[in-house]
Amino acid sequence: MSNKISETLTFECETGNYHTFCPISCVAWLYQKIEDSFFLVVGTKTCGYFLQNALGVMIFAEPRYAMAELEEGDISAQLNDYEELKRLCLQIKKDRNPSVIIWIGTCTTEIIKMDLEGMAPKLENELGIPIVVARANGLDYAFTQGEDTVLAAMAHRCPEQILLIERKKVIQDSNIQNLFSFLSLEKKEETTNKNFEKLKKNPPLVLFGSLPSTVASQLSSELKRQSVQVSGWLPAQRYTDLPSLGDQVYVCGVNPFLSRTATTLMRRRKCKLIGAPFPIGPDGTRAWIEKICSVFGIKTEGLEKREEQIWENLKDYLNLVRGKSVFFMGDNLLEISLARFLIRCGMIVYEIGIPYLDKRYQAAELSFLQNTCKNMSIPMPRIVEKPDNYNQIQRMRELKPDLAITGMAHANPLEARGINTKWSVEFTFAQIHGFTNARDVLELVTRPLRRNNNLENLGWSNLTKKETKNEI
Amino acid sequence: MKLAYWMYAGPAHIGTLRVASSFKNVHAIMHAPLGDDYFNVMRSMLERERDFTPVTASIVDRHVLARGSQEKVVDNITRKDKEERPDLIVLTPTCTSSILQEDLQNFVDRASITSNSDVILADVNHYRVNELQAADRTLEQVVRYYLEKARRQGTLDQSITKEPSANIIGIFTLGFHNQHDCRELKRLLQDLNIKVNKVIPEGGSVKDLHDLPKAWFNLVPYREIGLMTAIYLEKNFGMPYISITPMGIVDTAECIRQIEKHVNNLVSNKKFNYEPYIDQQTRFVSQAAWFSRSIDCQNLTGKKAVVFGDATHAASITRILAREMGIRVSCTGTYCKHDAEWFKEQVQGFCDEILITDDHTKVGDMIARIEPSAIFGTQMERHIGKRLDIPCGVISSPVHIQNFPLGYRPFLGYEGTNQIADLVYNSFTLGMEDHLLEIFGGHDTKEVITKSLSTDTDLTWNHESQLELNKIPGFVRGKIKRNTEKFARQNNITNITVEIMYAAKEALSA
Repeated sequence: MSNKISETLTFECETGNYHTFCPISCVAWLYQKIEDSFFLVVGTKTCGYFLQNALGVMIFAEPRYAMAELEEGDISAQLNDYEELKRLCLQIKKDRNPSVIIWIGTCTTEIIKMDLEGMAPKLENELGIPIVVARANGLDYAFTQGEDTVLAAMAHRCPEQILLIERKKVIQDSNIQNLFSFLSLEKKEETTNKNFEKLKKNPPLVLFGSLPSTVASQLSSELKRQSVQVSGWLPAQRYTDLPSLGDQVYVCGVNPFLSRTATTLMRRRKCKLIGAPFPIGPDGTRAWIEKICSVFGIKTEGLEKREEQIWENLKDYLNLVRGKSVFFMGDNLLEISLARFLIRCGMIVYEIGIPYLDKRYQAAELSFLQNTCKNMSIPMPRIVEKPDNYNQIQRMRELKPDLAITGMAHANPLEARGINTKWSVEFTFAQIHGFTNARDVLELVTRPLRRNNNLENLGWSNLTKKETKNEI
Repeated sequence: MKLAYWMYAGPAHIGTLRVASSFKNVHAIMHAPLGDDYFNVMRSMLERERDFTPVTASIVDRHVLARGSQEKVVDNITRKDKEERPDLIVLTPTCTSSILQEDLQNFVDRASITSNSDVILADVNHYRVNELQAADRTLEQVVRYYLEKARRQGTLDQSITKEPSANIIGIFTLGFHNQHDCRELKRLLQDLNIKVNKVIPEGGSVKDLHDLPKAWFNLVPYREIGLMTAIYLEKNFGMPYISITPMGIVDTAECIRQIEKHVNNLVSNKKFNYEPYIDQQTRFVSQAAWFSRSIDCQNLTGKKAVVFGDATHAASITRILAREMGIRVSCTGTYCKHDAEWFKEQVQGFCDEILITDDHTKVGDMIARIEPSAIFGTQMERHIGKRLDIPCGVISSPVHIQNFPLGYRPFLGYEGTNQIADLVYNSFTLGMEDHLLEIFGGHDTKEVITKSLSTDTDLTWNHESQLELNKIPGFVRGKIKRNTEKFARQNNITNITVEIMYAAKEALSA
């Protein structure tokens, strides 16, 4: 009895006049994740001003990032870029002694065509410190895609897997040959008993995406329960611990905005990509684990029960959100996964705004979204790529959603007009991955709703003066 | 190239946007890449604005890079004209667009043919001026545009108002305590029986700008923005202006005396005398004069302080500390390098040394060297103070959200003197208290003999879980530890592993 019209997802594309963070903001979380790194943003005062204000108090904590602020002489090529960068990097080496310097290219370096990729290897030799170049600029990317450019650049620096395999082959020749049955096809027979299956090692699996170390180890241990070993993370806690890659290595993303990294891993490092929904929400986490296990031919154990348990624990929050409507304005690419989770929670999603949608990389997530809508008998939300904030606000005025997930530029004005908002940025900084953190997502989503329960009946939800023509 | 972590004044376009969005019904369109509209976040968050910030971007992306903006900017202007019907659209260049060197003026000319709004291009060079200079320039540009337009159309009425009146120039969005200062200035003028003709740019309408020359004089409270406009109005309309910042008792009095002079120049029949008002306010309404005589302030005599901020606030505070409170200002400085001469002249004789820099590390080094008892500076100096354990009062932007208080906190006028006295006094006493605590070893000197609240039990944390626990930020670690142990006890687990920690988190929904 499913409705024919709503069975397919509709994709639209608007003008791209929307508010989001500049992708250089990725330094904020990446410098903390990669402990021995130093991020040098080669840009102008505008970039610096953004970082300083967006990062707030972090600025005062002697961060391991800095601006290489371009001056008029740099723009007009009166100064030699190479010499200038060398001077700054020597300074950084002296003051901080990092294991890697990451140059973040910006709009300005793009426009003046500063050859960062060309200069980096030369300077790397002279300096003796690896220099990784990532072009995380606002001309091409939005917000979280900044991380994507950095990780894609880092994928090139991961050591080659061959060495490891060779070493394994040596071991294989010795007595514990059986453990590496996956390497020789003839060994892969049904004769292995259950216990042996448990011990069997999966091919090397590298997960990519920057997560707080706690969340990373939670996901790793989640896989370990299904006897899947994670052989490494991109990025690792330290640059010197980057995982090995190669054609034997399986890779799987943990975040929906990592399409360039995925492409690089497949095409340049010949890794095998596991396309799965993302481990956001208990439904996503289970689907993610199941997909990985299915690729390795492992039957999952107790996963269903585990998911149920988590849902059980969320009951109080689910009661709050059920039947409520959400509007994603779109600015950080987590939108599809979050919408899918919220639909499963019983919410109605009117619109999923998203800066950029890689339908191939997000394929599994998209079809999961579709299935979730069907299972919950909820109409498919419209997916709007490169949204237009002005139009969205007009639509919101009609739809009157119970919750708008939006950037900080629109949050206060919407609240003043009686629309509850949740800052989308918080989803990027909060811990939202895995079974353990499902509650944190709902904690965020329900916060404005819970706030309302407290302030109900005070009669001042609309706090704007006389409605003018263009406002909600 | 310059290695920089932090800057005092923002890029030029921020200044332009601050002026544009302060006016009513003026829309700014930035020619900028995605993500450069961070200004909207700042305005919405810091000022807690209820309305949508009237700033949009005409996005510069790859296509623009390859083919030029072509119709895009013009389309965006005409679209905004239809959607919002603003009186004025300000096309704002950014650092990106200034290197592209597109002919933005051409877009403006084309767009103004079709749109009902006036359209202008903000005339600021990104690589030469900073936020404050750009704001000053943009305000002058807007005022000039409308006055010249009125003159051309013959609608410019140059007669002055019957009663004495004044324009307040330079109150704008994201300004340090600007809203409160504006209210205080209005009150001051009202006390003097002077009408407020116009306040610009905050809350002003560009349609009313042609009324500016009706005022008897202009009051420019801040050095950083408004002076260019005042000078333009003086040159073209013979309007006198007062640029003495009425901050502190002495300068407020001086500012009022200047007002008296200008007002008396224009009246023939009676002469105004504000001296009794000044005397009354100084001695009895403001508490600051009395405060500086009181025993409290005596304790501050000769204490060392350091001042840093924008030119207006740093200069005024320096003089208040030295002249009105007897505090020794060891060093004073500003990041307004473009206004260094004026600043030096203002603080001459009120401090031991002067520091003109926009490099916060130099300011930090100076503070560390001098070791003052208190700092009066920006948020940056507050953080330097934190690191060095020196109290700091924030007296100037750049600022955080806590510097946009909801309560009434002017820095100008007679109420301002009270606020400043509190700020100064509180900074120092806190410092004293701290110092005494250190000497006498803190409030609670008894040794702690009781065990911690979570009783020592049979529970053991293995190495991994211990490590994991240490990764959790300090302020929640205790709670996580207690919850985990509670969970372990409930489940008869004695050895706490990482898995147990996660399980506890899930089970206790924490």
